[in-house]
Amino acid sequence: MLGLVALPMVMRNPYYLGIMVFMGIYSLISIGLSLLMGYAGQISLGHAAFFAIGAYTSGILTTKAHLSPLPAFLAAIVLTACIAFLIGIPTLRLKGHYLAMATLGFGQIVYVALNASVDFTGGPSGFGEIPRIALGNFVVESQLSRYCLVWALVIIVLLFSLNLIHSRVGRALRSIHSSELAANAMGVNTSKYKIQVFVLSAIYASIAGSLYAHFVTFISPGSFDLEFSILLVTMVVVGGMANVWGALLGTVLLTLLPEFLRGFKDYDILIYGSTLLLIMIFMPEGLFGLVKKLRTVHGKT
Amino acid sequence: MSKLNSKWMGLFCLSMLLLMLISGCAKEKKTYKVGAIFAITGSASWLGEPEKKTAEMIKEEINAAGGINGHLLDLIIEDTVGDETKTVNAVNKLIEKDKVLAIIGPSRSGTTMAIVPIVEKAEVPLVSCAAAEAIVSPVAERHWVFKTPQKDTDAVIRIYEHMQDKEIAKIAIITGTTGFGDQGRKQLKKYAEKMEITIVADETYGPGDTDMTPQLIKIKGTNAQAIVNWSIVPAQSIVPKNMRQLGMTIPLYQSHGFGNIKYAAAAGEAGEGIIFPAGRLLVADVLPEDHPQKTVLTEYKKAYEEKYREPVSTFGGHAYDALKLVIVALQQAGPDRAKIRDELENIKGFVGTGGIFNFSPEDHSGLTKEAFEMLTVKEGNFTLTE
Repeated sequence: MLGLVALPMVMRNPYYLGIMVFMGIYSLISIGLSLLMGYAGQISLGHAAFFAIGAYTSGILTTKAHLSPLPAFLAAIVLTACIAFLIGIPTLRLKGHYLAMATLGFGQIVYVALNASVDFTGGPSGFGEIPRIALGNFVVESQLSRYCLVWALVIIVLLFSLNLIHSRVGRALRSIHSSELAANAMGVNTSKYKIQVFVLSAIYASIAGSLYAHFVTFISPGSFDLEFSILLVTMVVVGGMANVWGALLGTVLLTLLPEFLRGFKDYDILIYGSTLLLIMIFMPEGLFGLVKKLRTVHGKT
Repeated sequence: MSKLNSKWMGLFCLSMLLLMLISGCAKEKKTYKVGAIFAITGSASWLGEPEKKTAEMIKEEINAAGGINGHLLDLIIEDTVGDETKTVNAVNKLIEKDKVLAIIGPSRSGTTMAIVPIVEKAEVPLVSCAAAEAIVSPVAERHWVFKTPQKDTDAVIRIYEHMQDKEIAKIAIITGTTGFGDQGRKQLKKYAEKMEITIVADETYGPGDTDMTPQLIKIKGTNAQAIVNWSIVPAQSIVPKNMRQLGMTIPLYQSHGFGNIKYAAAAGEAGEGIIFPAGRLLVADVLPEDHPQKTVLTEYKKAYEEKYREPVSTFGGHAYDALKLVIVALQQAGPDRAKIRDELENIKGFVGTGGIFNFSPEDHSGLTKEAFEMLTVKEGNFTLTE
């Protein structure tokens, strides 16, 4: 955490800070997704939709209804939570492939709706001139202020999530992951916990979406497609599903890698793909699995 | 001890030598850094690929000829994958890390809109290769932004003028739900009334759709005298095929997005007779010798097709114009972002592939509707309409 505070002092270049800002935004979503996938064992291929709902609610309320960013931000959270709750009740009854398919379908529906409701969302062309976040007279515009805001939120969300994992709820979630049937038999209200964690992860995504809208100030449906949902799941899987820190690690890697590979020109996709492939083949538990292994080896010697 | 001393001596000599070399380099003229961002991969690569190739070709040409006022051109090309977040990162890199003097691209309107606030704040001149008019209007808020493709409104006006000549008054429009299709739909509806044309059917389809028969059957049931399809690939080839299958014989108009002979080939026999507005690049060979764009067009076409062995497209032409405009501005202004911007705004009578550009403080698009020519497909080739 100290590193996070020290980083902008060493790294003054707004370009690097800009990448760190996106990394923070993605981290918010992947932490939530790791709670859902790693702890509760439920896959979601539709999280781009919650990200989109957050972004569009914030964007539309601030530009068209001229609300200030904070109430719009809260409204986005409430709306996303309601939608996630309603979607969660029927879909979380499904398992495995069916759950993946249902969430994928939900993501597509939101994507199509954003494209089709031209008068409301600007349609495929999107809309811009979303106001920036302002705290009193201070406008969050420089990369440094964005960096501070987004990573402060990441730390809050991270602490909250870690607390949750080590609580009764966390234990209940892990029991669902191991065996839903056994958890049920032990008196864990599985469907309640599943919906709760689904809603929580959707709220994280919504927070990230609102930040994205105010930072980029332009949104169009293209940023919230299936590809983005898959990227999010990849971040969690590559990092190591069984741990929130793993999700964070995966996010760091998948945000930095494409930027690092810019120097390789046309070969970037090739290297990117093979890196992911190698991680999956040789580190089935993700990057965090490797960290854990190294730690035990180190502990023995 | 003496061994250590000689080592230090050696190091000293080496560093002196290096220093001299570096200072020697400094006396040579510095390169001019220009950034280029295109959708080289991803779903919009049909735009970015020819743009990148064109930009690289111009860079080689200009450096072989000694550069800009003796300064070599250093073109830093980044891939946006057609994605807004990636474009934002790429532009930040070009501005903050590479410290480029100007930027050309991106390929798509959406990605351009996402970076307009960034270049405006960082005060870096941007010449976009995307078409949407919102990119350069309102011009008061687009101080640093220019664009090279012709305007959507001009394309619509040219199509409607052609219809008026043919006494077509009732039309059906069918558009793709992409940024490009959506902008076209808006302009088609906006200008219809002004130009005394009635839209009797207004259908849309998704960018991934492979069959437009349902929409066309609806249109067939109306009294439309012509159809306008506004989309990007591959729908431009599917609509004419579906029309033929349904036995529809009314004329089909398409947008300037049809500007690549590959799309006409993909439509095959059904593509015959399609009418669309486009820059003159596609008909460079049949232009009269005294046309002001003749030399620029034939030279670009020849160079591109010889180097890359594929037919030239209007999209590569947008990058040609963008980079050449920046080079012209650099020649006059030197390495100063603000001066480059001022020069761009004052460029008059620049002959490009898209038309003859006349920029002004009120117009950062530079082209008029005369930049368009109405083309048609005849025996698998593009040709001028009579």
